Amino acid sequence: MPEPILQVRNLTVHFYTYAGIVKAIERVSFDVYRGETFALVGETGCGKSVTSRALTQLIESPGRIVEGEVLYYKEDGTVVDLLKLNEEQIREIRGNEIAYIFQDPHASLDPLYTVGYQIGEAMEVHGKVENIKEGIKRAIDILKSVLIPDPENRVKNYPHELSGGMKQRVVIGIGIANNPKILIADEPTTALDVTVQAQILDLINQLKEKYKATVILITHNLGVVAETADRVAVMYAGKIVEIGSVEQIFKNPLHPYTKGLLKAVPNPMTKIERLEAIPGTVPNLITPPSGCRFHPRCPFATEVCKRKIPELKELEDGHFVACHLY
Amino acid sequence: MKKVLEVKHLKKYFPVKGLFFTKGWVKAVDDISFEIYKGETFGLVGESGCGKTTTGRTILRLIEPTAGEILFEGKNVMELKGDELKWFRRKAQIMFQDPYSSLNPRQTVFEIIMEPVRFHGIEVNDPEEFVVNLLKSVGLNEMHLYRYPHEFSGGQRQRIALARIMALKPEFIVLDEPTSALDVSVQANILNTLKDLQEKHGFTYLFISHDLGVVKYMSHRMGVMYLGKLVEVGPADKIFENPLHPYTQMLLSAIPVPDPEMAKEIKAKRKIVRGEPPSPINPPAGCRFHPRCPFAKDMCKKEEPPMVKVEKDHYVACWLYAKS
Repeated sequence: MPEPILQVRNLTVHFYTYAGIVKAIERVSFDVYRGETFALVGETGCGKSVTSRALTQLIESPGRIVEGEVLYYKEDGTVVDLLKLNEEQIREIRGNEIAYIFQDPHASLDPLYTVGYQIGEAMEVHGKVENIKEGIKRAIDILKSVLIPDPENRVKNYPHELSGGMKQRVVIGIGIANNPKILIADEPTTALDVTVQAQILDLINQLKEKYKATVILITHNLGVVAETADRVAVMYAGKIVEIGSVEQIFKNPLHPYTKGLLKAVPNPMTKIERLEAIPGTVPNLITPPSGCRFHPRCPFATEVCKRKIPELKELEDGHFVACHLY
Repeated sequence: MKKVLEVKHLKKYFPVKGLFFTKGWVKAVDDISFEIYKGETFGLVGESGCGKTTTGRTILRLIEPTAGEILFEGKNVMELKGDELKWFRRKAQIMFQDPYSSLNPRQTVFEIIMEPVRFHGIEVNDPEEFVVNLLKSVGLNEMHLYRYPHEFSGGQRQRIALARIMALKPEFIVLDEPTSALDVSVQANILNTLKDLQEKHGFTYLFISHDLGVVKYMSHRMGVMYLGKLVEVGPADKIFENPLHPYTQMLLSAIPVPDPEMAKEIKAKRKIVRGEPPSPINPPAGCRFHPRCPFAKDMCKKEEPPMVKVEKDHYVACWLYAKS
């Protein structure tokens, strides 16, 4: 029986804008098991990034976590609800036990400090080193572990002196500096070229093995999911529509949205006569469709889909789907 | 087959300005040659900064080339003037990547589509009916006629851009990453529409993209670019089945495939993907790929490899296949 490290229950985040309340995510629930790579996948605006940020209360005004709990199972056996912690307590966990890697390495690094300083600072803040000098020394080892060549000299470089791929390695270095238990990677390779992407994904996998960390991977790229994830949650318009192992999701997708998504992506290794497109576009989350949020685009929609919100149901071992067809 | 476009030894260098003098040149496109036949889609792939977009724009004379020849239906594009240039501007069109900056926010859809039609003096009996028919052919309808661009989603805007192109009855369309700004579920719709229109009207496409899956789906033939150079040209199926150039091999083995079983296989035999594309300001001497190439020999550092024919229609620029 896999042991959970995170249990998310009914997580709801709303953004209070002038145009109205954007219901970015509504009652999202899922478990993440210790040591696995869990992928959150979906299109722009489906709420995958908001979900990942809400886990450690990283939601800024006008956004607010409206309800829900995020149970974090610590290694010593205690359980904490991350959403109940105050700012000081959550900061002790964030960047330490739960670390983030964001999409854009250019924006994640401070242009005024050397990369060594920035890695060292992450450790100093969490008391892993005595002072920043020692931190910079330790940064050399970290740069080595993220496979940056010539780390003794690179540690003195400023971000603008490094290429995009190298910057993302530094960002990953900051992420793993404190030996986190959970690494949340939010589109870590979207800003990079494919050949560099392959190297960065490899690196994240290696580090995960080395540090026995759990990875939560947020991406819109189904290829990246197929290649790196153990389990997958598919999100649509602020809701999770399907959860399963990577084999279950790709070989036996149940939700009409998952099915459509898989057929809409051209696989470069197979011959495709015609892609099947999903009609319509992603709905506006200020006034989301009633009932199942996918019903206006769903080829199998019936009366009940317009009225009732489908709940996640377990259809086979570990395979959940939220759809009235089942 | 009839050649619509022929590009010969095309070069485009951008100056790098110093304080007083030009410090150097970015060799964005450096001596590339290819041709595109009537009714086909020619895919151009490569990573960011490889010169694929510059190639597309230079072909349309949106940027003046540094050297080389571009022949459109046998006419040298660089020498066109007056009416002939106007004819070329009508026959050769471009669809841009970003649907948010390619439409005028102050014009209605009707005005957006009619402006080029009026400019080129194309006679239209009933403009409204003309525009509605165009909108219908790209999957929009008369409801959208008097709306403004901000009222549309990204995918719909790309359809408006497409209707504007179609209004001029072009022969040749450069599609510069037309779906990169869109979500996958919308992307499939646009790609299918482009394919249908090609079948119906016999359009010739130059399809520029960094997404290999999309290029494979759209293209009949394709070219792979690396740092301003074409390294491999051939039928798309052949290149995916049997990539010849080490860069193409690296590129293909690096794409994540949306199929877990296949992904495992590919990962197992993934060639060492290493390094990053260097700066095009001072590209490596000889073959530009040699610092990242697992098969690099002395020869590769010294001399640039010529483009050689390996099998029917399949060309590669690599010393592994060429005789010095």
